[in-house]
Amino acid sequence: MNASSSPSRQLAANATVIRADQLEVGYRDKVVWQHASFEVHRGEFVAVIGPNGAGKTTLFRMLLGLQQPTLGTLSIFGAAPRRGNPRIGYVPQRHSIDNETHIACESLVRLGVSGTRWGPGFSFRKEQAAAMAALESVQAGGLAHKSLGTLSGGELQRVFLAEALVGNPEMLLLDEPLSNLDLRRGRELVTLVAELSRSRNVTTLLVAHDINPLIHHLDKVIYMANGKVATGTPETVLTSESLSALYGVPVEVLRDSRNHLVIAGAEESPGGEAG
Amino acid sequence: MTFSWNIIADLRVMWQFEFMRNAFEAGTIIAIVAGIIGYFVVLRKSSFATHALGHVGFSGAAGAVLFGLNPVYGLLLFTTSGASGMALLGRKASTRDVEIGTVLAFMLGVGLLFLSLYKGYATEAYSILFGEVLGISDSGVLFTLEASLVVLGVMALIYRRLLFASLDEDVAEAKGLPMLALGLIFMILLAVTISIAVQVIGVLLIFALMVTPAATAVRLTRRPLMAVVVSVSIAIFAIWLGLFISWYEPYPPSFFIVTIAFSLYVVVRAVVALSAKLVRRGVPETPSNPGHVGG
Repeated sequence: MNASSSPSRQLAANATVIRADQLEVGYRDKVVWQHASFEVHRGEFVAVIGPNGAGKTTLFRMLLGLQQPTLGTLSIFGAAPRRGNPRIGYVPQRHSIDNETHIACESLVRLGVSGTRWGPGFSFRKEQAAAMAALESVQAGGLAHKSLGTLSGGELQRVFLAEALVGNPEMLLLDEPLSNLDLRRGRELVTLVAELSRSRNVTTLLVAHDINPLIHHLDKVIYMANGKVATGTPETVLTSESLSALYGVPVEVLRDSRNHLVIAGAEESPGGEAG
Repeated sequence: MTFSWNIIADLRVMWQFEFMRNAFEAGTIIAIVAGIIGYFVVLRKSSFATHALGHVGFSGAAGAVLFGLNPVYGLLLFTTSGASGMALLGRKASTRDVEIGTVLAFMLGVGLLFLSLYKGYATEAYSILFGEVLGISDSGVLFTLEASLVVLGVMALIYRRLLFASLDEDVAEAKGLPMLALGLIFMILLAVTISIAVQVIGVLLIFALMVTPAATAVRLTRRPLMAVVVSVSIAIFAIWLGLFISWYEPYPPSFFIVTIAFSLYVVVRAVVALSAKLVRRGVPETPSNPGHVGG
């Protein structure tokens, strides 16, 4: 599917940064999803949506070179994915940082640029300046010396974002950044990410459960369900027809007065065997 | 030999004796290494693994004694094997309490068998269990120094990578850090550190030197490098003061070292908790302004 049918000519002129061709992914004898073909262009803001276990994080793991597709090809920046690609900034779904983590935010962000270097590190000033600039860019300069363990969910996500941005990546992969945020904080974060993505021309893929906080900023949706993947603009993917075909059962996409989407019927759909 | 308030003169008197010189030298070296490694133990939440490695080392030391070898060789062999095993359990090793505990109990039992087979004196067992800092020989000090230099050298080389891998596993992995190798290297450094620290503090009290100073340090500073410095300072302070007191008091130095480390930990936790309470009461909570995004 081509996302650049609509007015934005600039998109068409922009390079393809991710290309998936008949991609299939799975573990041993279980296929997670298959027949996925899509392209993502430079600077696009893409939501990766789908129910739990649909394989959203798996897509990120493949882009990061941590997992291989079982079939098909995937290229990123015109080459096969590889681990340690400095052009990608990654914010995983985090578990290892809890309120027992007595470490300053700035120290974590700094590792985003220096954490792969050898030696004890004596270039304090430079690393510190880079970390501070990254924190400022996500409006978290005031958190620099606070302990990670004391931050709220929204603050933590901004610090993680700074850690991902500190190496000036060309692509951001954000895994469920909204999962622990209330609606308002979620919207704030999405607006921030969208602005950063636009101002730095960074391609952004964001995994989420709920499309609504994202809907006004999206260029493209990658919707995963039932072992299948649908991609395209939000207008083409988020329709009753398209999602019914994806889930294999009748699904209705309803819109409220403020243009919020409700996807009805999808949650009751049986697992992989429907259709 | 009575205590005077002229500390320098007191120390000078103590240092006229070789066993005291050796104790201070080995103790200081071990405090430095244990303070640094201990910070990563706390960061990686591997304190139970550390405790268990001490016990695994016990059977190694007892086995070495049985065969008439220097206990430190048995310690090194058993702790590095145990540490490698734990590292290969993978990144979730810190949550494998049951598996690690099972091995711990078994190894203690094996150590007991070795000791009962050994027809020597019970003091040997006692010194492995609780340390014998006043019995460290010149060659013991030299060995401690050599082993420590290796640990410190490797640590200086991998410091930032290990910090990244310990604090933020998923990002570090995606950034291409070799997680398994780093985990393995760290566990081996830990094993070597435990093996030499046993001389001072014994396998049963290893926690007090490997974990307590670092656990205190992380509550005093949020900067990793500063926490390492504080952790080392606390370990040195505990060992020096413990040795100093034991010169005047007829009780084991291990007891004093453990008690000093523990007291510092308790005091710091109490003070930090109290000051947090005071700050909360005194200054009205400044709303940590996230700088309204969008709106």
